[in-house]
This record gives sequence, structure tokens and C-alpha cells, in this order.
Amino acid sequence: MKHISKIYNAGTVTEMCLFDDFNLTVGDGEFVSVVGSNGSGKTSMLNIMCGSIPIDKGQVLINGESIDRMKEFERYRKMGRVYQNPALGTCPNMTILENMSLADHKGKRFGLSSGVNKARAGYYKEQLSSLGLGLEDKMNVKLGALSGGQRQAVSLVMATLTPLDFLILDEHTAALDPHTAEIIMQLTDKVVKEKKLTAIMVTHNLRYAVEYGSRLLMMDKGHIVMDKSGEEKANLVTDDILHVFNQISIECGN
Amino acid sequence: MLDLIISTVTQGFIYALLSYGIYITYKILDFPDLTVDGSFPLGAAVTAVLLVKGVNPYLTLPLAMAVGALAGLVTGVIHVCFGVRDLLAGIITMTALFSINLQIAGSNLAVGRDVDTIFTAEPVATVFGNFTLLQRKLIVAFLLVVIFKILLDLYFKTKNGLLLRAVGDNDVLVTSLAKDKGKVKILGLVIANALVALCGCVVCHEQRSFSATMGTGQMVFGLATVIIGTTIFKKEGFVKGTTAVVVGSVIYKVCIQIAISLGLPANLLKLVTAVLFLVILVVGNRQKGGHKEACLR
Repeated sequence: MKHISKIYNAGTVTEMCLFDDFNLTVGDGEFVSVVGSNGSGKTSMLNIMCGSIPIDKGQVLINGESIDRMKEFERYRKMGRVYQNPALGTCPNMTILENMSLADHKGKRFGLSSGVNKARAGYYKEQLSSLGLGLEDKMNVKLGALSGGQRQAVSLVMATLTPLDFLILDEHTAALDPHTAEIIMQLTDKVVKEKKLTAIMVTHNLRYAVEYGSRLLMMDKGHIVMDKSGEEKANLVTDDILHVFNQISIECGN
Repeated sequence: MLDLIISTVTQGFIYALLSYGIYITYKILDFPDLTVDGSFPLGAAVTAVLLVKGVNPYLTLPLAMAVGALAGLVTGVIHVCFGVRDLLAGIITMTALFSINLQIAGSNLAVGRDVDTIFTAEPVATVFGNFTLLQRKLIVAFLLVVIFKILLDLYFKTKNGLLLRAVGDNDVLVTSLAKDKGKVKILGLVIANALVALCGCVVCHEQRSFSATMGTGQMVFGLATVIIGTTIFKKEGFVKGTTAVVVGSVIYKVCIQIAISLGLPANLLKLVTAVLFLVILVVGNRQKGGHKEACLR
């Protein structure tokens, strides 16, 4: 992302300049975790990448190519996203098999050939069994009948089923209980490593941010206030960033 | 008595074609499509004019579907490309179609007794020659319902069909699949209104007339049949949605026929439809355990 500027409600009393000349480069194969208080611009940053919200200035590039002119759905050809809300990543009234078939067909033409390819069912089962949740035996169960954690696990598998340039994880463990969140986080780490994905994860859980990923960013008011990677990142402990985090909060009067 | 039963069931089958359309928009796409009140008489208007002009009656079926598809396309474009809310987009098209229908066929158009319809022309006349006209109507209506049920069921199983179901279920996912959800919605509206116009076409064949007001309340009727059908078979997982709405349509027509036989004035029909629909909605909501007597405390 180069020189991004984003102004909310420009020209009105509530005008708010979130990003002013914001720059971020994510290297190939990096797993970036992003932390920051509410309103620091984490989710806005993701939305700008995906094209869900327009920008006023600047460029978003993938592999050196600008994707500014691409519509939101076009950008997803090479991007995957797991949302905070487990219901957004899957179709509740369709079976696991149908959901997986949809995801498997991402980026191709949805023509009049059979929607569910029986020959691929084995592959789907294999992918689901790696989650270790027993979902591979529930292929004909509708997604709506599964728990939030199970749905989120399926969402994760679906988002990463086809080759990706970039995986976006938008507080994807925030709506889950601590135990399930832990499982999903471990699965995420496994999937990212196995498929050698480039990923960016927004989280409110400082421990996840420290434990997982190869790079850590802290954001505040549209700026990156901390950027640690490699050796530095590996030596970080939760208390270090909690300290910085608290300082910012105190300044803001929270 | 038997004749009355046959004609009522025939009505149920014919209107099931409209229910298919509403099933797609309301149940699958989650789109309250009021275009129906305009595309239904549109199908009838086109059919009436073509029949009077002496066109082959069977040719009117695909032609009516084509104009219906066009109506759906208009609503879809208004909604998706211009960002008009779903309900309003349908109302705009419906209102415009009222004038268009008047332009096509005037306020009323009768098809003369000497003109062949899909129930009397060859090859139906030869193949089902041993049956009375009433029975033939039932057979042809049944065949149409079955043919389109099979076509739709097959379609829902294709990749494209899956995508259509996904849009109604969770359109965020469709965007994540790198597909334009707007285009899929438009496609759904096109298919649905083609079916609705087809229903208008068959109704025109059956009653040999078109009237500009015949579309009023068709949307509510269709919704009622879809809700009746899908509620009855909610627990029966193996019954397909398409089958459910056919049953819903027949049940509805039987109920209305019973009401008329008991002395209900025909002028009150739409009022009864509206009340019945309200009752179905309220009962359906109660069963879901949702919204309860918010204002009836």
C-alpha cells in the first residue's frame, strides 16, 4: 500500500482523517499480525485492500500491479478472507459438500455442469479431516447446524482451498470462546505454514499477535507505531506490547 | 362436482408456474419482487395478441417467457446497477408494465372460441383426443408443471444454480468467491419473471382472455403458496422446494374454491387473499418463535 489517504465524511463537521500518507509493504510469505485499539484503522486497512471502501489518494498494489481499478469481487480472485462473524464465510442453508464445492470452484466459470463433483469429495474430506474436528463425516450436514467454531474452521478451509496471493484474517477468532479461538488460531497457523501463504491478521488478542506470525504491527490513529519482524519479533513477549498499548491508551484518555 | 375438482386442481397446477418464480426470488434470492404483478399480465397480454394474430399457440410459451425475462432484467438492472432498493425496483417495473400491457393488448382482449389454444391445438388434440377439454387442460398443465420442475431441479444442482442459492444465503461469500453478486441476482430475476410470464401465458390460454388488472395480487398469491408449501414440508427434508410450492399452489386454489362455493362474493377475493396471507405469515412467525405480539400486549 502506497501513500494511502482516507478521509471519512470529508467536508462535514464530522470529518475524520484516518489515513494520511499511509504506507505498508507485506513481503511474500510473511504472516503479519496487526494489533491496535478500536478506531486505529486496522479493519479500515483491510477494507481498503479488499476494495470494500474507496480511498481518496494512493495506490494498492499486489505483486507490483495496481488493483485500484478492480472491483471488490475481482480482487478476491487472488485473495481470501475470513471474517470476524463466522456466518459470513459459509452458506448456512447449504451442506458442507456444497459449500466446499463452491469454494473449490472459485475463480472459474460457474456454468451448467454439475455443481457437486463427487470425485472431489475425497479431497474435501481430506482437507476437513486435517482440522481434526470430525467434520469430514458431516459432508451432508447444513452449515447452519454447526457451531460458530466449526463454521469458522470450514470458512478457513474454504478461503484457502484455491491458490491465493494473499489471505486476510479479520479478527477471525474474536467471536469465539477462548478454547475454540485457540484451536482456530492453531489451525490458521498450520494452514498458513503448510500452504506457504502470505497473510495478514487483525486481532485484539495480544498473545496471538506475539505467538503467531512472522511480523507484528501496532497501529494507532492510522499510523504504524510498532513494526517488529524476524529476530526482534521472536524475542517479543506479550508484556512488551501491552506496555506500549497501555501508553497509547493513557495518552488517548482511555 | 368432479369437474369442479378437476378445474380447481388445474388452476393449482397452472399457478404453480408462478409459484416457481416467486420461490426463486423470495425463497432463494431473498428478494421481494413486485415485478410479478406486471410480468404476469405481460405474459398474458403478449399471448392474447399473438393468439388473435393466429400464431402457433405453442410458440406463445417461449415468447411469453422471453418478454417476462426482459421484465426481470429491467428490475435487476434498476436494483443492481442503479442501487434502487429491491422492493422499489420491482414497483417501478410493475407500474411501467401496467402501461406497456395496455399498449400491447388494451384493457381487455378476448381470444375467440375459434382460435386454437395449447389445450386444443395439435398435437395435444390428437394425443389426448379421448379426453374432454377439462381433462386435457389438467393433463397439459400437469405436464408443464412437471417439465419445469425437472428443469429447475436440474438447474439448482449445477454450479450456476449453487451460486444462485449462495447469493440468497450469504452474498458476502459470493463476493469472496470472486463473483459479481449483482449479476447473479439479475439472472435469478430473469429466470423468475420468465416463469411468471409463462404462467400468465397459460392462464390466457385457459381463460381465453387478457385483462389489464389480472396481475393485481399475484405477488401475494405466489408468496402465500410458497410459504404454505415450504411450511408444510419443512420437516420433510427429502421433499424438494419445487414440489412443495406445487402442493402449496394446489392447496391454496382448493381453499379459495371452497370459500367461493360457500358463497364468498368474487369481489372479496383479493381481500380474502390478503387476510389469508397475513394469517400464514403470523402463524409462520409464531412457529419460528420469532416476533411475538410486539403490539398486541
